[in-house]
Amino acid sequence: MAVGKEIRTQIASIKNTQKITRAMEMVAASKMRKTKDRMQATRPYSKKISQIIRHLAHANPEYKHPFLLARKVKRVGVIIITSDRGLCGGLNSNLFRTVLKDLAAWEKDNIEVDICTIGTKGSSFFAAINASIVAQIGKLGDTPHLNDIVGIIKVMLDSYTNGTIDELYVVSNEFVNTMTQKPVIEKLIPVVANELENDAEDHFGNKHWDYLYEPDAKDVLDTLLTRYIESIVYQGVVENNACEQSARMVAMKSASDNAGNIIDELQLVYNKARQAAITQEISEIVAGAAAV
Amino acid sequence: MTMTVHVDIVSAENEIFSGLAEMVFAPAELGEVGIAPRHAPLITKLLPGEVRVKVSDTETLEYHVSGGILEVQPHLVTVLADTAIRAADIDEASALEAKAKAEEMLSDKSGKIDFAKAQAELAQAMSQLRTLNRLRKRGR
Repeated sequence: MAVGKEIRTQIASIKNTQKITRAMEMVAASKMRKTKDRMQATRPYSKKISQIIRHLAHANPEYKHPFLLARKVKRVGVIIITSDRGLCGGLNSNLFRTVLKDLAAWEKDNIEVDICTIGTKGSSFFAAINASIVAQIGKLGDTPHLNDIVGIIKVMLDSYTNGTIDELYVVSNEFVNTMTQKPVIEKLIPVVANELENDAEDHFGNKHWDYLYEPDAKDVLDTLLTRYIESIVYQGVVENNACEQSARMVAMKSASDNAGNIIDELQLVYNKARQAAITQEISEIVAGAAAV
Repeated sequence: MTMTVHVDIVSAENEIFSGLAEMVFAPAELGEVGIAPRHAPLITKLLPGEVRVKVSDTETLEYHVSGGILEVQPHLVTVLADTAIRAADIDEASALEAKAKAEEMLSDKSGKIDFAKAQAELAQAMSQLRTLNRLRKRGR
């Protein structure tokens, strides 16, 4: 009996899709755990280095580093951290929306923007809208290393040093919890000392003191601030990775659930069709018998 | 009791050591330094080499660092270790690479179809279809 052949094939194909989404969900769940651990592992370094920067702000260095000084803004640089792959819900689109809002605001103020992207999704999106991309990197994989992003940061720092850009921002997703990721934009340069000052364990107060710098303040500050910025960006990359996996897990879970619903509905339609066919056949037989 | 100083050794990718020590030796740029408790505040760059942490008279821990920064407060020593060997020319090379990639991507816009871009267009088309379907249903 060939009732509902199409419905049966459709159910089978949706079942296959459901298998794929369920597998992806489980892969994302296990990867999420690892990426979360990695995110935690980067915390001590960034905490320490921001502590040192804070100490520096309290100390009175005789040398003022350009990264600490604000200047008139004519052109800004933005580092945008996105995922390499899709199928992670609205993670990247939400980020793009935030960035576009900022880009629009800057355009209004006649400020030009140089963009540098980490992650292939960002590169293709901003290339498509003809933004000026000065540097890009993608395919960092699940275990990004600091080495991979050093080059891209140097491009931006160099263009700050030689005066091409006057401010540097980084945009990435903040991991709130497994269900929620929030796109955030953060100012990297000039490094704002005030923001760093809310620290309870700072017991140095306003006493005048300074570090001994070896070999000299300029050299040390250069390295320190570069490392500081690198560590913030690196943390952004790692955090974005955790966001990607958890967003994918949630998206794939809802896809699997949705597939289940569709299968249920189709099954019902199929059963009804089959029942109708059987009823019809019986009534035909009965009618045939009565006629004899 | 001997005096101790709190020591933290961290790299950008993980935490390496955290605890009390009697003395810390590190390969500073101007020569190896030994930091005892209540050392004056100091910041210096480190060269690739061994950081030795003397936990007690009998126990000394050794860690290899490939450069980094050493920060000293009277009661706190922090080593910010680099995870890889950093040199100006290596940094420069990777910077150039990142730039080249961007240029390459922007230049071959006409050539092969960008997968991600195609996907974005597909998503757009899908949402349009969905809207159309909804309108059609309402019209019926």
